[in-house]
Amino acid sequence: MAVDIRADYKPEGIEGAGFFATKLDDVVGLARKNSLWPLPFATSCCGIEFMATMASTYDLARFGSERLSFSPRQADLLMVMGTISKRMGPVLRQVYEQMAEPKWVLSMGACACTGGIFDTYSVLQGIDRIIPVDVYIPGCPPRPEQVLDGVMKIQELVQNESRRRRETPEYKAMLAEYGII
Amino acid sequence: MMTKENQLQIAESLKAHFGDDILSTETPFDFLTITVKKEKIKDVVQFLYNDESLQFRFLTDICAVHFPDASEKFQVVYHLHNLVNNYRLRLKVNMNGEHPELETLTTIFPGANWMERETFDFYGIHFKGHPNLKRILNVDDMLIHPLRKEFPLEDQVRLDKNDAQFGR
Repeated sequence: MAVDIRADYKPEGIEGAGFFATKLDDVVGLARKNSLWPLPFATSCCGIEFMATMASTYDLARFGSERLSFSPRQADLLMVMGTISKRMGPVLRQVYEQMAEPKWVLSMGACACTGGIFDTYSVLQGIDRIIPVDVYIPGCPPRPEQVLDGVMKIQELVQNESRRRRETPEYKAMLAEYGII
Repeated sequence: MMTKENQLQIAESLKAHFGDDILSTETPFDFLTITVKKEKIKDVVQFLYNDESLQFRFLTDICAVHFPDASEKFQVVYHLHNLVNNYRLRLKVNMNGEHPELETLTTIFPGANWMERETFDFYGIHFKGHPNLKRILNVDDMLIHPLRKEFPLEDQVRLDKNDAQFGR
């Protein structure tokens, strides 16, 4: 039985002998999607689960995230993993602001999404109170398979994003809602 | 190890030196606990430090308790340890007031610095003479002292909680 095995999605385009013409958006999306450099903002237990995801059994690196960077200037994807306390809020915000466009945010675990089981005076009830989030991964902690699923959803967003999106007034209005100019 | 004779000895020694400033002596769960008048706590701790037979030269913890229904609302608890003989001692101080005041122990134990900051952060107890008494674990501009009983544990910003599922 013939099985169609494809390494990756090929964008629509006109193919010929020695050339392939397609939209720049598609090519750029493909390139960005397969080389997302994450910034692991690991605070608690979800950070440990992320370490398991980066390790050999579940290997996040095969999705292109080989190079993790703790410097926000060099990262595309901010992965917030773990409980963010109110004292940590401004730090997280500053790290987000220091990242260069285009940037995506992945919120992993119940604590980063909504504060988790820690509904207290000291825990920020979800990072989307201070920064815009693209994908939420629920779980306490989410299994590595779920983390990979979340990263794949980010990849989908990355691939389909228009190159002009970061300059549009809608995007700027959304940032203004968070107080990020 | 700390036998009943040792505990008695320590209690007697303190009583002999400080007399009426020692308000009570108990041994709940075999742990020697002495309640001291709040004005004298620093002298008591200094004595326990200096005395060659007592040698309580390690400060394990400083914490506070809030009793909203008692006559003396705040209680600060000091845990001391004698490393030479492995004796542990608990000192309690009771006080009242919106922001009760106590002498700082930072001149005797440098480790008391952060412990007193934590006690201030969560209970609002002021330590006179502390070099840097400001919040340590909570946000700097927080207005309340969270572990006092009048303040709720839960964050009041949540609007989406279903009361029926929380037993209210």
